[in-house]
Amino acid sequence: MKPEDKKRVLREMVLARRFEERCYQAYIERKIGGFLHLYPGQEACCQGVMEAARPGHDYVITGYRDHVHAIKCGSDPKEVMAELYGKETGVSKGRGGSMHIFDVKHHFMGGYALVGGPFPLAAGIAKAIQLKGGDEISICFLGDAANNQGTFHETLNMAALYKLPVLFVCENNQYGIGTAIDRSTAVLDQFKRVCGYDIAASQCDGQDFDVVHEHAKKAVAHVRNGNGPYFLELMTYRYRGHSMSDSRGYRTREEEELWKQRDPIFILRDRLIDAGAMTMDAFHALEKEIDHYIENEVIKFAEESPEPNVAELEKYVLA
Amino acid sequence: MAEIMYWEALQRAHDEEMARDPLVICMGEDIGVAGGTYKATKGLYEKYGPLRVIDTPISENSYTGLGIGASFLGVRPIIEIMSVNFAWLAMDQMFNSAAKVRYMSGGQLTAPVVFRSPGGSAHQLGAQHSARMEKVFMGIAGLRVVTPSNPKQAYGLLKSAVRSDDPVFINEHELMYNWKGEVPEGEYFHPLEGSEIARSGTDVTLFGYNISVHWCLKAAEILASQYNISAEVVDLYALSPLDRAGIKQSVCKTHRAVIAEEDEAPCGVGAEVMAIINEECFFDLDAAPVRVHSALVPQPYNHKLEMAAIPDHEDVVNAVLKLFGKA
Repeated sequence: MKPEDKKRVLREMVLARRFEERCYQAYIERKIGGFLHLYPGQEACCQGVMEAARPGHDYVITGYRDHVHAIKCGSDPKEVMAELYGKETGVSKGRGGSMHIFDVKHHFMGGYALVGGPFPLAAGIAKAIQLKGGDEISICFLGDAANNQGTFHETLNMAALYKLPVLFVCENNQYGIGTAIDRSTAVLDQFKRVCGYDIAASQCDGQDFDVVHEHAKKAVAHVRNGNGPYFLELMTYRYRGHSMSDSRGYRTREEEELWKQRDPIFILRDRLIDAGAMTMDAFHALEKEIDHYIENEVIKFAEESPEPNVAELEKYVLA
Repeated sequence: MAEIMYWEALQRAHDEEMARDPLVICMGEDIGVAGGTYKATKGLYEKYGPLRVIDTPISENSYTGLGIGASFLGVRPIIEIMSVNFAWLAMDQMFNSAAKVRYMSGGQLTAPVVFRSPGGSAHQLGAQHSARMEKVFMGIAGLRVVTPSNPKQAYGLLKSAVRSDDPVFINEHELMYNWKGEVPEGEYFHPLEGSEIARSGTDVTLFGYNISVHWCLKAAEILASQYNISAEVVDLYALSPLDRAGIKQSVCKTHRAVIAEEDEAPCGVGAEVMAIINEECFFDLDAAPVRVHSALVPQPYNHKLEMAAIPDHEDVVNAVLKLFGKA
């Protein structure tokens, strides 16, 4: 990957981080309602995988921590923010909310709020690709806790049986809501659980973009070349709580600090600085520029957009 | 019109739709090589191959979800769930994914998927294989529910369901697959909404759907020949949405209503039809509407207990006689 591309990736990761932090603020201000699940700490996972795939071409589906994945597929951050504000201009026309971002024109097939629910849907998308004979693949991003649902096992079995072009990305942030993985799950290494279905699998550091990207290239190639499903486990960490009401009493501040020392944005930034491709001043300027963009374009758009028309309450129930 | 069996009507609809559109597929347990538990997919595996006639593992929720996911890209899966009792396991995907995706995506995605499943009491199958669950499905926004009472409807409703852009649940009955009836020789599409007057009458309306239409027809025959009561039989082949206008029209004519269902009474079709009657034509009533339904028990195994648990045409006759003060 060229330094220019890596700088673009860094920029997207900073945008993802600042977007989510701004959501936090908007939630405190009660501009955003419902549940809000934020992504800071996990940015290298989405970036590393999608840089190895074809955003907007390959189909992506995920759970409720979905804003950043949509933006990476091509969604306009303004429309994602407008959705969180419940506005008619939102990607899902204000009917979905944070957990249900959809942007089908960019092949972002949605955020779903039942843990493990997207597994079979991802396999179904892969089945449709198989029937139609396209070269897309189906990519399913979910957390480690989803692997304790029956849909995980049932879907892996069918994906292997029907040799479906689906890549399962497990972002192992080590917590299922407020329960640590070692308190909920007998086998901690998630990629080992997949061997029972004879599915190719690997595990790597999810904080280092370059590491994720290298592993993801192999995984994507495996799936795209018709070898059936692949399971990629990325070891990562969620800085914020599960959702906004979570005060993180189930883990220590020391543990959080330890992970923040391996921040995915700083790892990539420092590597670019060490290689002479970027300066610290340029990075700070980038942060400022993105903050300005979020405030003056993204938030402004969401604030100024109209709400849905109540007369259209029942629109979109049936075709 | 030729007389064919209910399962043959379903098989013909599958076959015609699969021949027409390569994106129509079918999937479920034992539907391929084994030909389908009730033969609704007989011969399709040989004709269309394993990519389009998919024998699934016994994983109801996930194969249902797989079909729904495929439908997002324009595939039109017909998913057979072998018994409606197993559909409990698939309800997460049916309700949370298929029924809601259109709404929560602001109209971007739709799930044009057909779920077919039989329920009902069918000779001592016991508590976990005899349930009726139409009342559960008909309470879900974004999901259409239809229930054919004869081969013509079975054929025409399945054809229409495949072409519909909405998810459709087709409620069948395990006892009815070998029942015969006339089906048009040419292509026929039955509407997914509305109701049908199966027998015209003036004194009382008997509402039925699926198997209970047949109890109502038999009861109407007895009422006419033995009691000089003219009963109208309305076939509610669409359970969601229910035909509010059709219900009103018939009750306004006869001023009396009996609703017959094999399901248990609470929160059921009868309750819903009664609510509609209340809302639409309360002052047209000459008597309070009556429900005929199963006892609120898990289906017993013992034959006598089983027969005591479910209603039949005699219960419908008795309900009507009570309405007229003759019992």
